[in-house]
Parts: sequence; C-alpha cells; structure tokens
Amino acid sequence: MEVSRLRLLFLTAVAATALQGCGLFSRGDDAAPESVPAASPAPAPAGSPAGTETAATTGEPDRKPIIDPQVERREIRRAKIDTEDFEVGAYYGILSIEDFESHAVYGGRLAYHLTEDFFIEATLGQSRAGRTSYETLSGSAELLTDDERDYTYYALSLGWNALPGEVFIGKNRAYNTAFYLVAGIGSTNFGGDDRFTVNGGFGYRVLPTDWLAVHFDVRDHVYDIDLLGEKKIVNNLEAHLGLSVFF
Amino acid sequence: MRRLLRLLAFIGFAFAAVAQAEDLKQKILVADPFIELHTGPGRGFPIFHVVERGREVTIIKRRTDWFEVRTEQDVEGWVSHEQMVATLAPTGEPVDLHEPTRENYMSRRWQGGVMAGDFGGASLISAFGGYAFSDNLSIELTVNHILGEFSNGASATLGLMHVFAPEWRLSPYFTLGTGIIYTDPKTTLVRSADRTDQLGYVGGGLQFYLTRRFMLRSEYRNNIIFTSRDDNEEVDEWKYLGFAFFF
Repeated sequence: MEVSRLRLLFLTAVAATALQGCGLFSRGDDAAPESVPAASPAPAPAGSPAGTETAATTGEPDRKPIIDPQVERREIRRAKIDTEDFEVGAYYGILSIEDFESHAVYGGRLAYHLTEDFFIEATLGQSRAGRTSYETLSGSAELLTDDERDYTYYALSLGWNALPGEVFIGKNRAYNTAFYLVAGIGSTNFGGDDRFTVNGGFGYRVLPTDWLAVHFDVRDHVYDIDLLGEKKIVNNLEAHLGLSVFF
Repeated sequence: MRRLLRLLAFIGFAFAAVAQAEDLKQKILVADPFIELHTGPGRGFPIFHVVERGREVTIIKRRTDWFEVRTEQDVEGWVSHEQMVATLAPTGEPVDLHEPTRENYMSRRWQGGVMAGDFGGASLISAFGGYAFSDNLSIELTVNHILGEFSNGASATLGLMHVFAPEWRLSPYFTLGTGIIYTDPKTTLVRSADRTDQLGYVGGGLQFYLTRRFMLRSEYRNNIIFTSRDDNEEVDEWKYLGFAFFF
C-alpha cells in the first residue's frame, strides 16, 4: 500500500518535471537548444520522491534566464497596430448617357491606399438609360428593349492624391482633404453588350473624422458603340457624392 | 426573452472586447531626440506638436506609412514611419513595426492582383489569386473578362506558376494550366450561338518587386482552345501590365 502510494508520488513528480520540460521546448525555436542541457540535469537527482520535489523547485530559477522572452512578446506586439489602408463606401449621383438622357446612378467603391500618394480603386455602378431624341420624336420606334436600357459598369482605377490639404470651418475646426485624379479601365454593360471602357476623372475627399470620408467625384466613361448604325466613341459623364469608411 | 438575453450578453461581450482592445493598444517610448506630430497622414500636413525623447505615446492606428499616436496629454497626431522605426517598446526593446520587405516575399503564402492586356485582338481585364507551396512554386486561379469588337467572353483558368529566382528583384516565371472559356458573339451579329470550351495554356512572364508588399507583373500566354469544330483555336494572350500584392 505504502509502496504503491510512493510510486504514485514519484511518478507524478517525474511527470511534472518532464511536462515542464516539454513546455519549455515548445516555447520558441531559438530557446530550445539552450534549454536542452539545462533541463536534463533537473530530472537526474530524482532518486527519491523528496529529491525530485526539491529539484523541481530549485530548478526553476536556473532555467528562467535561459528563455528569451522577446520571442513571444514580439508576436503579440505585431498584431496590435490597427492598419487602416482599405476604404469601402457607396455613392449616389447623376450619369449622362450619350444619346440616352441623364439618370440617377448609384454604386459601391472599394479602395486600397498603397502610399500617401497613390491608391487603387474598384467601383461598381448602376444606372438606367432613357430614350433618344429620335425615339421621342418618332413616337413608336424603340431602339432598345427594356432590359437593354439597364446600364451597369465596373472600373479598376489608379488614383493619385494630387493636392492633399486641409479645410477650416470657423476658428477651431480643421479637416483633412485631398483633391485626387483617377484613371482606369473596366467594362460597361449597356444595350445588350459588354463594352471595354476607359474612365478618368477627379475627385475631392474630406475626412470629418480619421475613419470617415465624404467624396465628390466627376468621371468620364469612354467606350466605342455601334448601336446607331456606325461605330462611334461616346463620353458618359458622371458626377456623384459618396461616403466611405476606412478599415 | 431568451433571444433578448442573448443579444444583451453579446452587446456586453462586444463592449468588454472594445474596452480590452483599448487597453491593449501599443505603447511606445520615443527614442529619437523628438518626434513630430503632423495634423494629417502626409508629408505636407503641418507639424503642430513634438514629443521628446523618453516620453510614452500610444499608437492608435496606421495608414500607409503614417502612424496616428496619442500623447500622455491626449494630443493626437500623425507621425511618419521614418521617425517611428527608432522608437522603443516600454521594455526598452525596439518595436517591430511589421514592415513587409522583399525578404518577406520568400515567406509569402497568398498573392493577388489585376492585369490588363490583349486577348487575340480583344481587350482583356484579368484578376488573379494564388497560393504558394514553396519559394518557387504556386497554384494560381485567374478570371478574365474579354471584350472584343465581335464577341465578348469570360474565362477562368487554374494553373501552376514557377518563379525561377524569387530572391531577385526582377524575376522571370513560367506558367502552365487549363481552364474554360465562354464566348458570347455580339448581338449585332446574328451568326453563331454562345459556346463554352475548354482551353489549355503555356506561358511566361516577369515580375518586379516594387515596394513593401507590392509587385508589378507582365505576362504572355499561348492558349489552345479545344473547340467543338474540326480545328483547335490558338490565341495569343498578352497581359502588358499588372499589379500584384502578397501577404
């Protein structure tokens, strides 16, 4: 009875030291080689149960300086800085579709700020075409079906914050702003077809807080179309107001 | 009732998490003679405050190469990356700002980006994402939007990419893969119906490390489209310029 109890005590003591050793090894790759010789003498005097326990307690302070605490802390520190380079938002405005009147346009916008000067931007917008003057005058002839009058586009653009600055409201308020130029490529779905589209324009951004931005943008969407018989280049001008959030 | 309780518990947790996040914000010691606080995240914004050596500041967020910090007197401003690299953690160790460099490219896992070019005479807009198994080899998924004069199309391909010398700033690569292509003739031409075919490609390209986590890419692919007709179609695909980032 006594023997088995002693054996149990001995085994738990050995297990405790061994497991602690394992814990040390798994801490970090750098600390592992140094801690090998330090850990091995600890279980060595485990002749008697009492000896093991003293070894376990006295062994602790010897091992501590060997472990380099920098390794683990640095990992946590890295994740702490909140990087806000992305910007997501929505906009609403007016789009003039050449030959097909002007209508409301709305869309979404995702931007990634590469440096303080440049950003890349993806936009997805939707509008609807009206009737051409010809259709209105002739009364009946419809050039496009109802579905074909839906106007959707996407654009991938590069932007340059050409004129960063501040605006002042009253004596105590200043907001960061930027006047930027944007150019890019994309596709427009209108009149039953997708068309390769080049877009360009400018915008003005005001940041009421450091995570919210109000935009005013003017864009020109240029593409080739042969809807009215012969091929021609059209310019569709768009002006919109948007709101976006940095994250 | 239970749902309400759950909601309340959730809100409680959210608040606790926010409070904890506030406590965990990175604090640093100024090691330069002083650091300058700008009113905005850009070199042109005026300097309105300085913090001396030995003072503690809290990093609130980062945007591109600028860090928003809060001083002990609750003054908030933006500090440039150059001045932040010399700061110390409260323990006296240098702070790891987790700055991605070219060396990080070697340990990259994911890569993504957009490219533009020409697909057998049609305009091409392409987006890709890849996963690296090793320094050289990665698997890549590409989605293309093809916008031509007579037909439009879309394709999706999956292939292997082998970068010959990832440690070089400018490195060539080789790519090989397969995919599907969907072709939709323009509505103005009433000739053939839309079709979906399989394709195989072989190609090569160049990648250039730009800065931080950004790269430029240029690629050529020779596509063989396995059509249902007697002859296979061969299409040259040039992606003149692309932008990629890794993380």
